[in-house]
Amino acid sequence: MSTRTIEVGLRTPGLDASGAVTLEPLGVRLPEHTPVQDDLGGEHMLVNIGPQHPATHGVLRLVVELDGETVVRVVPHIGYLHSGFEKLGEYRHYNQIIPLTDRTDYLSPMANNVCLALAAEKLMGIEITERCTVLRVIACEISRIISHLVWLGTTGIDLGAFTPFLWLFQQRERLYDLQEAWTGARLTTSMTRVGGLMADIPDGFEQGLRDFCRTFPKTLDEVDSMFTRNAIWCGRTQGVGVISGPDAINYSLSGPMLRASGVDYDVRKDRPYLGYETYEFDVPVGEHGDIYDRYRVRLEEMYQSNRILEQALDRLAGLKGAPINASDPRVILPPKHRAMSDMEAMIFHFKQVMEGVKAPVGEAYLGVENPKGELGYYFVSDGTAKPVRWRVRPPSFINLACLPKLCEGVLLSDVIAINASIDIVMGEIDR
Amino acid sequence: MSAGSEDLVSPSVADLRTRFAGGVRRVLVSCGDTIVYLDPARAHEILAWLKDDPSQQFDYLTDLTAVEYRDAERPLEVVWQLRSLSRRQDLRVKVELAKDAPLVVDSVYDLWKGADWLEREVFDMFGVTFRGHPDLRRILMWETYREGFPLRKNFPLRGHFSRAEQTRQALAANPEAHYSLEELSIAAAFAELPDDMKDRLARGQRGEVA
Repeated sequence: MSTRTIEVGLRTPGLDASGAVTLEPLGVRLPEHTPVQDDLGGEHMLVNIGPQHPATHGVLRLVVELDGETVVRVVPHIGYLHSGFEKLGEYRHYNQIIPLTDRTDYLSPMANNVCLALAAEKLMGIEITERCTVLRVIACEISRIISHLVWLGTTGIDLGAFTPFLWLFQQRERLYDLQEAWTGARLTTSMTRVGGLMADIPDGFEQGLRDFCRTFPKTLDEVDSMFTRNAIWCGRTQGVGVISGPDAINYSLSGPMLRASGVDYDVRKDRPYLGYETYEFDVPVGEHGDIYDRYRVRLEEMYQSNRILEQALDRLAGLKGAPINASDPRVILPPKHRAMSDMEAMIFHFKQVMEGVKAPVGEAYLGVENPKGELGYYFVSDGTAKPVRWRVRPPSFINLACLPKLCEGVLLSDVIAINASIDIVMGEIDR
Repeated sequence: MSAGSEDLVSPSVADLRTRFAGGVRRVLVSCGDTIVYLDPARAHEILAWLKDDPSQQFDYLTDLTAVEYRDAERPLEVVWQLRSLSRRQDLRVKVELAKDAPLVVDSVYDLWKGADWLEREVFDMFGVTFRGHPDLRRILMWETYREGFPLRKNFPLRGHFSRAEQTRQALAANPEAHYSLEELSIAAAFAELPDDMKDRLARGQRGEVA
């Protein structure tokens, strides 16, 4: 019968004389190195979590090897939601792939739609209009806020905080109403087309989004005051699931996971697309690479997305009535009344619908900063209307791959917290 | 796809050509991205140099995938999307693997840990073996999957087996078969299982359906 020790790391933030934040041990802390009787006689135990478990955020299955309550090893198993999207994409025209992208990262479908359109436009060399650019920025940032709201709400629940979940989902519902008014769907938006958009924004959308931008930071402030200096939250997240900057790079992490480790790389800043270089916003970067820093990074990103939305709305006011689609009859369907009355328009309509848009021989990779990390679409074309290969660079798949490393030697309850902090969505991991 | 005007080609290409004269097969530019085709036998050596040399510093493996063309004559390609975070540079590196020989290439897991699951996915979907990968097994499909490699062009969209056969196999499958040998070795309890369960697990390991 062996003994081992459990160290309880509950800490609460305080302030020292100079006003800097310090970490004080919480009152309930056990004496250090309290011997705990090990009734398993030193044998390791195997615990299966998932695939049907709310804390695994979908159909993720984790096989955890435990020594008492300490994790020795985690083996993730994925693929339960595999739908063969990449294979299906090879049998579809470029515009027909857009509905598939809705269903990969289903917490930010509009951002996926935008990425697909941008990648196809890069492959075909199509310029989009200014109004389309601004509307796509709005779509991306709405998606970022929605995705981060879900992340913060569900992670709060995983760690025992139920109330902020309701506040955050209320705000998410406001954005979903706007998204639904624009695209007709809460989830399967399919709102872009190669060279433009499915539809322009409806009446009242701008005002609705302005109201949201004005009042939304108040909710964030409330959540901030509930979490950021909360003793339990800090105790569960600070110093847990740490990955250093060089390791984060070596594991190909991206998005908030990478930036929380102190690596300042944001695709919007470093490989700008959609004119992001002309917007004023800051990229939050953490320093410890733990769950707490990931939370701080994502929280600040929501404030910054709100800033971008306000600027985009200002620009939109100057682009009233401007076209949303490129004036390229090869890729943009003519208006229905012209297709029915004009011979040339009818031919273009027929060729696009029956043959699809042909891409030149070549290949293009385009990465965008999605809420979960860098989403990249890689097209290889042999000159036909259907890609030879449509590869998704799935950010949460690559971020999840470092879970076994993050979970080395933590407690079982921390596995749930670390898994939540990665911000995974199984539709994208399994594709 | 064109040979590209020289000013569009990434500056790394000139360094590669002087240092690894025979290792670089050809260079292309497509949509502004530079693509370097390497000799498969020397790919690992050149990728290691690209990662570690102070003039290159491609420290970030953005993506790793494979491409098979519809033209059956064309070889299958393994693609590494490299990025230097400090220099803000991208480079796409490829090797061509002839389809009449075993599809084998050296693993880059020792250079980039992020290659772990990416290489497993390429193995799962294309059947490319990565020599030196510590744990090369299927990742998205289950380990006893026997229909082949789904992203290969000779794999029909609906699979090799009929829907009836797939349903029959799914119903006959043994859920415990999904517990791999590795997990059983973690459990260290295999010897203590009842004989009938051991028997069912053993059948599951072979993946054969009665």
